[in-house]
Amino acid sequence: MSWVRSLLALAAVVFCVGPLVIQALVSVDPESDLGSRFPDRPTVEAYLTVLADPNFLRALWNSLLVATLTTVASVGLGGMAAFALAKLRIPGRAPILAATLAVSMLPPVATVSPIFLALRAMGLRDLAPGLVLPYTSFALPLALWLLTAFFAELPDELFQAARMDGCSPLQTLRHVFIPLAGPGVASTALLVFVFAWNEFLFALTLTSSPSQRTVPVAISLFTTGQKEPFAEVAAASVLVTLPLILLTLAFQRRIVAGLTAGAVKA
Amino acid sequence: MTGATSERLQRWGLMVPALGALAFVLIYPLLTSLWLSLHRFILVFDERKFVGVDQYAFLLTDARFWSALGNTVYFTAVALCLEVVIGLGLAMLMNQPFRGQGLLRAAVLVPWAIPTVVSAKLWAWLFHPELGWLVPEGANWLGSPTQAMHAAITVDVWKTSPFVALLLLAGLQGISEDVYQAARLDGASALRIFRSITLPMLAPVLGVTALMRALDAFRVFDAIYVLTEGGPANTTETLSIYTYKTLMRAGDFGYGSTLAIATFICAALLTALGAGLMNRRRR
Repeated sequence: MSWVRSLLALAAVVFCVGPLVIQALVSVDPESDLGSRFPDRPTVEAYLTVLADPNFLRALWNSLLVATLTTVASVGLGGMAAFALAKLRIPGRAPILAATLAVSMLPPVATVSPIFLALRAMGLRDLAPGLVLPYTSFALPLALWLLTAFFAELPDELFQAARMDGCSPLQTLRHVFIPLAGPGVASTALLVFVFAWNEFLFALTLTSSPSQRTVPVAISLFTTGQKEPFAEVAAASVLVTLPLILLTLAFQRRIVAGLTAGAVKA
Repeated sequence: MTGATSERLQRWGLMVPALGALAFVLIYPLLTSLWLSLHRFILVFDERKFVGVDQYAFLLTDARFWSALGNTVYFTAVALCLEVVIGLGLAMLMNQPFRGQGLLRAAVLVPWAIPTVVSAKLWAWLFHPELGWLVPEGANWLGSPTQAMHAAITVDVWKTSPFVALLLLAGLQGISEDVYQAARLDGASALRIFRSITLPMLAPVLGVTALMRALDAFRVFDAIYVLTEGGPANTTETLSIYTYKTLMRAGDFGYGSTLAIATFICAALLTALGAGLMNRRRR
């Protein structure tokens, strides 16, 4: 029976990884439109073209900047609030958690026009860093829920002991809770980073200049000349996906812990 | 300042930034959208005129809105069913010991980690009429009014079934091995064990997962926008796509906001329906 399982598993692995592998083949075969399915003369030409494109490099930088700032802001603000919710007696704890859940269920498109108007009024429209504000707000429910769950697992006695030693709540959070909940904080940070790196709707709506685009927008608008540049799109796709996949595999356990914490503990 | 007051200030000081950020994406946009939906407001003219509920009256007779709602419901229902079935199958497979289990558990993270825009591009290639690996020679699925929606559903199912599988796997791992052993001792068949033990004990996790996925599928935007932009002939146009086009392409912030509020109400109804079903089961 075990070989049946292995066979099924193999099919599942091909299902999950196959499309990306095919894209990698296309990326090294600029003549793939000639009909052959496997590259006979693989080249890295498409990668060189993509990496020589200043707008694509700019998009990579924008995405890295926006995703990093969003992660720091969400984990920082979320961590403070989660600590207060998990360990300090906050009146109205249940309604606050319910409101955060409501935000995560909101269709993003329902908030696009007011956020567009607000960023325009603040002079942040068409500036990639302006995305950090909506991204942080949208990532907060996730950060808040996960961190509240991770902090709640730590014993109350720790908090009381730190207080006896004269730590303020903020010091207790910084020196006791964040280090002890390190793996949980890492899970949360990874999920927020991936969310911000992949977000498309707001990036598309709130930026218009090529120099302000993030990676998903750049890829969706990728065209050079009249012919669709399949090899270049494939190369760009592989370039922006590979770091994410390596990150995911390196932190596999942390990511799975973060993904499942919400659904299974609820 | 006394110690107690400073304590209370610190406590709220920790909460206020997060609450402010949440208000920025919850209360402010909803109130603004509601207000805009009562106005005629074309962005380029920057001119607002109060029109009351006129745009809501128009919405009810707008065939394109009803078609977008129908497309969204169809997309959500079909994608959700496939994702739960495939996700459950994958989860049960991953829950068994076999050679290569680690490889599979790593591989399911790949579609999850790939940006949706990129996954739509991967599949657009596989569906390409001349070059695609998946379509019969010359078949143009993305250009076909009957097939384009199914192509979009395929992308969503590929991208999110593994995520469903991971959540369900965590649920399966929470079921004690003793229960299975007892059932086997009593001579229960595999099918019987699945129906009488696995499914009922997995039900809470299954419910939460399905609700999360349903809400996500209901607001689908990225995959469809990249694959077809709602075409051909609006057959893949969902509520999010129609709203986006009205807001950002036509620049009609008035009627666009009406559509945004309608989308919000539909999503809220879906949430209430899902939560209601889950509560009834629990009782």
